[in-house]
Amino acid sequence: MSTANPINTFSWLVKREYWEYRGSFFWAPLITGMVMIAISLMVLITAEVTAHQHGISINGFDLSKITQSMTPEQIETLRSALDVSLLGMCFPIGIVLFFVLFFYGIGTLYNDRADRSVLFWKSLPFSDTETVLAKVAAAAILAPVLAVAGMIVLQLGFLVLLTGYAMFHGVNALPLIWSPTHLVSLWVRLILCIPINALWALPSIGWLFMCSSFARSKPFLWAVMVPVLSGVIVSWFSLMQAFSLQSVWYWKHIVGRALLSLVPGSWMTMDLSTGSLTQMGNNPSEISQNILSMSALGHQLLSPDLWIGAAVGAGMIAAAIYFRKKRVEAFA
Amino acid sequence: MSDAIVTARGLSKRYGTTVALDNVDLNIQAGRIVGLVGPNGAGKTTALKAILGLAEFDGEMNVLGLDPRKHRNELMQQVCFIADVAVLPRWITVEEVVDFVGGVHPRFSREKCLAFLAKTKMKNTQRVRELSKGMIVQLHLALVMAIDAKLLVLDEPTLGLDILYRKEFYQSLLNDYFDEQKTIIVTTHQIEEIEHILTDLLFIRDGKIVLDATMDQISDRFAEVMVNPDKNEVARALKPIYERQIFGKSIFLFDGIDHARLAELGELHKPSVADLFVATMKGTYA
Repeated sequence: MSTANPINTFSWLVKREYWEYRGSFFWAPLITGMVMIAISLMVLITAEVTAHQHGISINGFDLSKITQSMTPEQIETLRSALDVSLLGMCFPIGIVLFFVLFFYGIGTLYNDRADRSVLFWKSLPFSDTETVLAKVAAAAILAPVLAVAGMIVLQLGFLVLLTGYAMFHGVNALPLIWSPTHLVSLWVRLILCIPINALWALPSIGWLFMCSSFARSKPFLWAVMVPVLSGVIVSWFSLMQAFSLQSVWYWKHIVGRALLSLVPGSWMTMDLSTGSLTQMGNNPSEISQNILSMSALGHQLLSPDLWIGAAVGAGMIAAAIYFRKKRVEAFA
Repeated sequence: MSDAIVTARGLSKRYGTTVALDNVDLNIQAGRIVGLVGPNGAGKTTALKAILGLAEFDGEMNVLGLDPRKHRNELMQQVCFIADVAVLPRWITVEEVVDFVGGVHPRFSREKCLAFLAKTKMKNTQRVRELSKGMIVQLHLALVMAIDAKLLVLDEPTLGLDILYRKEFYQSLLNDYFDEQKTIIVTTHQIEEIEHILTDLLFIRDGKIVLDATMDQISDRFAEVMVNPDKNEVARALKPIYERQIFGKSIFLFDGIDHARLAELGELHKPSVADLFVATMKGTYA
């Protein structure tokens, strides 16, 4: 008797998630990127029109001459400033990814029970464990990889736009802004963030999947109200007993991790409270080197916050698998 | 009984205080087409879910040598299942679902499936939500018939379909799918449409099996007699299981009475499954 290859089955299961959520995983980051490009274009056009209306001529402005007269340090600073803005530009895609994954997590083990298509999936030869793990892989790896691809497309698009704008004014900006070392370093850092974001997001993925798998109805209410209400109760009693520090801790480490860990790079906020944003640097070069730097990523990989959260998340994913086996239809 | 496909002993299932299955024994042999018939809420779907490993239950259950509670995914290589027409995911396209089942099912024949689909009006790029109910069941049937499985479980597969699709469904099943290596268990409310294809009948009522017989045994055991009014009392003395009136005459349904003796009372008929069902289930909703 022939048996299916488990790796093959797993890749089909991940592909199924992609098919179902193609719009959110693939198109949403890409369209967000295009909107950002369109906004940049509009800003440039507005600036151009405004300048023209006020009789300001930029045509005499010769960037290449300025570049020639710049010191290497100044060029480096300019490129670093560009790096920082290229990274900042990706923020909306990160926020879109958060919303996509949040609603994916709430719906993925619930929607097919609500419309009974779970009966079709369960009539095929793969286990509930494989199903849930494929969904974890889609949320933790596949969607973020596609989002990073969208970010890179956006950055390239923006650079093309800048180059074109400079060319419109007769300036060749190619050597100044297209620095391969800067771009590659930027992309390597974005890609290295994927596994760290994934580990960091596990408690959120676990919590949302568990609610999605457990709820007989209204998984959104379960997912949001349980942590928030528990936080309110904790705050309330802490207030009563003057344990204000503890309730802050609870909101940050329990409620926050359950609901907001899917925001890419949200692990950085753990350091913010200790004042490290100001430690990022005083000028663009320092900030560009320190933001998502290898040492910051390495430091994060060694943090107990990351690993304790990941372990708790894994436990909740196991619970999601358990409920997936038990609950067949949402209302049965 | 070496070639039993499904055996169950003491199958029980409760939902709260409701008893869905009450100490049920099942023995389903290979190469049979079994109709599982019962009123709404009698436990049909629960019994099928137990066979498929989709519900917890008490008692022993063996399907193709496996315990469905522990080995659902192994079992699903040998068992196919169509619930009603609503269970194919609505977002998927015809092409994707064929690719997916082909990817995960080791016993799926893509060629067979495409050959079945070629006979329909479906386009590869259509999504399930764009198909009519009848086309959805055609698609599901094409997928299932392309799988070389030993057991096919059908739970109200033609619910809400018009008569053309219903006839076509059972015709394809019988002509292109069924053979002596395969076993089909089917539940439906349109029992009169499938009684000619069944080999076995299981009646279930209030979680209990109340009739378990082959169609041959049924025609031996049960008989319907149209009796003239003057012989009604004689007929009633033989304890008919059901009595109804038509054109001023009484029709009695008897269980296990010698057919020669019944012939003296009037014209003998083979009862339809529908009449047998009504007789067996009377008072269910009272």
